[in-house]
Parts: sequence; structure tokens; C-alpha cells
Amino acid sequence: MTSPSKADMPRTLYEKIWDAHVVETRDDGTCLLYIDRHLVHEVTSPQAFEALRTSGRTVRRPDLTLAVPDHNLPTTARLDAAGNPLPIADAESAAQLAALTRNAPEFGIRYIGATDAEQGIVHVVGPEQGFSLPGATIVCGDSHTACHGGMGALAFGIGTSEVEHVLATQTLQLTPSKTMEVRVEGDLSSGITPKDLILHIIGVIGTAGGTGHVIEYRGKVFEDMSIEGRLTVCNMSIEGGARAGLIAPDATTYAFLKGRPYAPTGADWDAAVVWWDSLATDPGATFDKSVTIDAATILPTVTWGTSPEDVVPIDGVVPAPESFADPSKQDAARASLAYMGLEPGQRMDAVEVQNVFIGSCTNSRIEDLRAAADVLRGRHKAANVKWAIVVPGSGLVKRQAEAEGLDKVFTDAGLEWREPGCSACLGMNPDKVPPGERCASTSNRNFVGRQGPGARTHLVSPAMAAAAAVTGHLTDVRALAPVG
Amino acid sequence: MEPVNQIDGRAIPFGRKNVDTDVIIPARWLKTISREGLGKGAFETIRADPDNIFDSAEFAGSPILIAGDNFGCGSSREHAAWALLDLGIKAVIAPSFSDIFSGNAFKNGILTVALPQDEIDRLMEVAKTDPVHIDLEAQSVTTPFQDRFSFEIDPFRKACLLGGLDEVGLTLARGDAISAFEQRAKVARPFLAQGTGIAA
Repeated sequence: MTSPSKADMPRTLYEKIWDAHVVETRDDGTCLLYIDRHLVHEVTSPQAFEALRTSGRTVRRPDLTLAVPDHNLPTTARLDAAGNPLPIADAESAAQLAALTRNAPEFGIRYIGATDAEQGIVHVVGPEQGFSLPGATIVCGDSHTACHGGMGALAFGIGTSEVEHVLATQTLQLTPSKTMEVRVEGDLSSGITPKDLILHIIGVIGTAGGTGHVIEYRGKVFEDMSIEGRLTVCNMSIEGGARAGLIAPDATTYAFLKGRPYAPTGADWDAAVVWWDSLATDPGATFDKSVTIDAATILPTVTWGTSPEDVVPIDGVVPAPESFADPSKQDAARASLAYMGLEPGQRMDAVEVQNVFIGSCTNSRIEDLRAAADVLRGRHKAANVKWAIVVPGSGLVKRQAEAEGLDKVFTDAGLEWREPGCSACLGMNPDKVPPGERCASTSNRNFVGRQGPGARTHLVSPAMAAAAAVTGHLTDVRALAPVG
Repeated sequence: MEPVNQIDGRAIPFGRKNVDTDVIIPARWLKTISREGLGKGAFETIRADPDNIFDSAEFAGSPILIAGDNFGCGSSREHAAWALLDLGIKAVIAPSFSDIFSGNAFKNGILTVALPQDEIDRLMEVAKTDPVHIDLEAQSVTTPFQDRFSFEIDPFRKACLLGGLDEVGLTLARGDAISAFEQRAKVARPFLAQGTGIAA
């Protein structure tokens, strides 16, 4: 008698993608997993290329690799009046960027350069170019690679030695993760965005809630959600401790993807859709862990502390450290409040901000910019907001936004319109929040010093960031008086 | 990678618990294009004190570091392992290590030896004046005073370290299996095999 084959058992979306990519399995359960797509940027790749060079190794599949600079690039003008590239002031950033410019052609990898129209944040460029496909395994030397799970891909961040391993072998040695279902029941209320939803989810599960797991987001909310929204949700899976998060591909995914430069065409496209449709989690498949969330209860959500799990609805107050059961969480909350300069009981919607950042791999796509522009149209930033920038996720997003006149909305409102890049998400390029100042930010991490030494970050959605720019304090965007 | 087997020499009796990777190598050192030279930034904040143990005449260049619980916690930066290597460290002995750090250390040929706290305490005492010897083949740490402490290590990692085999090299040896997979996958899912269309 033979046992039923694994393919006959009900499986989850994650398990189906994993199984389709196992090259071989070692006795101890470690798998050699094939990697379909590898995105490379300037910060975590130089040492990997250097190692290949010194050992005389090559890139096994340059055609499955795409390189684009994003982390270090200044978001100010890149060309002078005559159209020549401007130099990068920071010598170390310039050296990292020059290394990628040199390494990509040396190893035969498609390279999108700093002044190319397609340049942008790796996690915006991958889906936009049709390079990130449903059912694919996707890696990048960056923890926010989880983002591409919004396309229905298994995507996760890796270290530099793993970057080298993938370049040389197109595989990784891995053990399977546990599975976790985040099921959201019902519909989001009017004006509630995917960013509010994922901040709320992280608040519920905690920053270690997904550790050791891959999350699948399930429920009508995600089925109704745009690809931009799904990318926002999956992007922050890592903030919930999960190395990857994904949403089943469907007609919305295919409509987004079809016709993009690296998307399949013709008979390949038709075959792809058949396979992609087969990937959805089977009825009866079980998850190692399951969390259910009621969508209707979610309000515009902001962070008060220095961990992405430190969330509260905009109509809430700064919590008292004693309100947490765990003594170590109480200590962490005290340290957070001291760093953030906040007092327990303070109303969140009274917290003044001096800076506004709209951008990052979490929230810099066209839909994000439209949401921010809808709030800013006909309004102007408050006098106490000293620095407010909008950084599109890619050159193509920038072009689209300009075609729709969004750039004009932003600049009329007193915000700066920048070139694409990671910008003020991570304090590695010139875009930083000054010490002691607050920023309403659409990015993903509110860690101590993340946006610059001493910077105080409040994570919000694009619409909420725009509302904060208008009023000069954190604000429920739904309560803004109509313009005119 | 250089094979690792016998590590013999002075051991830095550091002893601190919860040493995070920001302590091992601060963030400002991450804008580099090389694995080399990070020793300059290793333990930078500790070494701001002119009397620090890392720069003392007695311990500078020692191949072994002895630390407390949860060594290498925090950020996943592989620069932490590179910084230790550049400092001349070939092995770290501690009661426990963060998973990510021990993986990064292994990938760079640094041996992480986990021993119970009482044995760590004894080694800290010996290290002040005398050398410590690590034998990976025998899985033991010994001192000139007849101390002999055994440690556990994953057999796969042990074989890699003893043979100087890096993971990339080992996987490259499975090239035929990878090629066979690619052939199967190209038939089953041709749409995933195309990428950017740049010739392989």
C-alpha cells in the first residue's frame, strides 16, 4: 500500500510554492530551494560580488537577476542643466553605487542605473517591471523583500553570504517555515487603508508574532484590495516577525501584471494563469497558527513608540507603560516614551509634527500618491511643518504622477517633489529627520534613530501623512473639513 | 574558506552578556564595499576607552573571544562576523548565541562554541594568564591545567569547517541536480524561466 502523495494532501499557498521549488532534500530536512528571481541593490551586494571575483565564480543565471540602486541615492536632482549626471557628495555612498554600476555588467546582469526612467526602490521596480511573478521564489538582500508576496510570490530577505550563494547557484539551503494564517473578516470602513490594516495587524500579533512562520493574508478584504495595497500589507510582514507574507494571486494580480516588460506573453501567459490559479490554499489545508481580525473595528492607525507593534487608533491616547502586563514590555514602553518625548494619556491627534515623509517601499506607489494628493489638493502644509517631501517609488511612478498633475498638487501644497529612492525611510542617504523632531512617515520602521539620530517617527498611511502636513499634527484624515 | 580545526592561543576574557551586533560593528561602518578592514570599527564604543581589553598588549590579535549569554543578538548584519574576522578572531566561546549571528559566523569560518556558564567562568579565569586550546575534531576546549570541556556542533557545520568547505562550494558540487531541476522546471513552468531575457 502506498501512502497518498504529498500533492494529493490539502496544501497551503506557501506549501505549493515551496514544493514546486525543491531541488533536493537532505536527510536532516534541509532543502535546496530554487530561486526564480533575485533583486540586487548597492548596499548588501558589493561583498558578494567581491567573493565571486576572488573565487573565480560566475553568476549562474544572470537572466534571473535584476540590479537597481536605491538605498544610498540622494533624491535630489540627478542631472545638471546640460543633462550630465551630478556627482554624489558622500564618498562612501558614491563608492557603493559605483561598485554596483561596475559589478552588474561585469557579471552580465541587467542593470537599471540611477538616471534611467525605470530606476526606483527594488520592491517597487520588481512588480512594476513584471519581474516579480506569482508563484515565484524571490529574494533580495533586504528584509522588506516580503513585499513581493503581494504578487502571490514567496519572497524574503537574505544576508550577504546568501546573496553570494544565490548569485553562484540560483539556490538557497533552507528549512521549511511554519504556516500562519491572518484572516481578516468583513470589510474595512470607509477611509481605512491597507497601511492602517497592516499596522493594526502588527499591533495584534506583535513584532515576534510571525517569527519562524510565513504569513498568508486571507479574507474578502484582501480579495477586494488593489495590488498596491497588497504590496503594502505584505511589505510589513517582517515587522510582524515573519520572513515572508503572501496573498493568493487572482484576476486583480493578472490585470496588474499583463503587458509589463518581463511578464510572460502569448501561450506562456495562458499556461502561467492556469498554474497561478492552482496555487490558492486548498480547502481543508491547515495552518500551524491562525489569527482572526475583524476589519470593521479598524480605525486610522498611528504608532506612538519605537516598535512597529506600538500602535494606537488616531482617536486614542499614548498608553501608560503600566498598562502592559509584561514587565519587559513596560520597561521598553518607558524607554520608548522617553525617546519619543511623549507622556501617557496624551491625545495622539494633538501630537505636533515638524516633518512629513511620503514614500518608501511600503507606500510610494501611484495609488499611495493619489491618496496623499486627494487630501492635499487645494490645501497647504501648516507653518510648523518645516520639511515635507514626497518621494515616488520609481521613475515610472514619478512620470505617471506627473501625467496626472499630482506633482503640482504636492508643490502647490508646499511639499517637495523628489527623485525615486529609499529616502528618509532609513537614514542612509541625505534625507534625514533632525534630532528631537517628529515625522509623520509612511515608511515601515519607527526604530530608535531609524530616520536619523534622535529622529522621532510616527508610522501612518499616505492619506494620514498628508493630513498631518495640512494641520501640523497627527490628524484623523476623515475629519478634515472639505476644501472650499 | 580556510579549514578550521585546532585553534590555540590567548582568549580575550570579555564576558559581557547580550552583546548585540551594533556593539560588534556600529551602523556607520556598513557603507563599505569590502569585507576587509572592519576590524577598525569592531567594538568601537568599547575601544574608545584607551584601557580596553581588545587593544591591550596582552590580548591584541588573540584568536579566541569569550563572551556571555546571547552573543550577536540584534541586527542581522553580516558585517559583525567580518569585523571579528578582521580583528583576528577565529572562535567565540559563550553560553549561547543568536541564531542569525551563529549562521553568519559559520558562513565566514568562525567557530561558535557554546559551553555552560560554570565552564565559561573557569575559562575566563584561565584566559587572564594562560592560553586556551580548541580542538574541533575532538569537540573539546582544553587548558594547560587539565581542564577539558566538550561541546556540541551540528555535524554538517563541523564537516564544512574541518574541510574548509563553504556553502557555495558545496552547493556548486550539486550543480547536476540544479541543472536537472532547471530542465524539469522549464518544461513545467516555462514562464518562470525567462527572467530579463539576458543570455545566461
